[in-house]
Amino acid sequence: MHLTYALLVLASPTAGHGSLTAARFARALLARGHRLQRVFFLDNGTLTGLATAVTPQDEQSPLQQWAQLAEEHQTELVLCISSALKRGLLDATEATRHERAAATVHPAFELGGLGLLVEAAQTADRLVTFG
Amino acid sequence: MKPVGEHTRRSILVVSRHAHPGSSLPRSALDTALAAAAFDQPVTLLFQGEGLLQLLPAQDSRAAGVRNLRKVIDSLPLYDIETVYVDAIAAAAFGIARDSLPASARWLDTAGVRQLLASHDHVLGF
Repeated sequence: MHLTYALLVLASPTAGHGSLTAARFARALLARGHRLQRVFFLDNGTLTGLATAVTPQDEQSPLQQWAQLAEEHQTELVLCISSALKRGLLDATEATRHERAAATVHPAFELGGLGLLVEAAQTADRLVTFG
Repeated sequence: MKPVGEHTRRSILVVSRHAHPGSSLPRSALDTALAAAAFDQPVTLLFQGEGLLQLLPAQDSRAAGVRNLRKVIDSLPLYDIETVYVDAIAAAAFGIARDSLPASARWLDTAGVRQLLASHDHVLGF
């Protein structure tokens, strides 16, 4: 039986391995033929979408893992907009609106409201949290 | 608590396990519950472990410059979240008395917590 999954990522990309584990989980479920509806990043999880993050060469970059996943599988990666703005994660629209010098969100990610998480909970068979 | 199958909409249990203001997760947990309620989706809140400290009365966070979450929790009935569930074991561990919690709080023993977890379609752990 193939299921529809949605993931909620709360884990910071720089503390522990929650974000990398979530990305591996996403790959594993897709490899088994399940559908990944959406990945919603909330709280410190939104830092995952920071385009300017530089990961040491001998460490895996959560940003790169997620960006590759989005490119290969057209996975929808959504950063909670209120969590993101607090942490300085802005797309071009928000950078203009809030008069900040630059957009900082990686193009693989988009900003969206918590309604998208609520919607995912209603449509996904499984909603898995990575804290 | 609604048993699964009573509605076609999928029920969400938000579990809050961290103390405020040491973590941003309690606020995110409440925001998630409020968003679900705003979209008229069945949502339940459970406080476990250090999360119970969010419920303590007479919090004054003005000097710290952060929001008083107990006020947000007290306002939940306005958003049709009439009951919040509290892990009685954790309450005992922290020495929290029943009369210090919000009127909407309902205590659960271990079996009650287990039943709450089992009766929801999705469990979101914050």
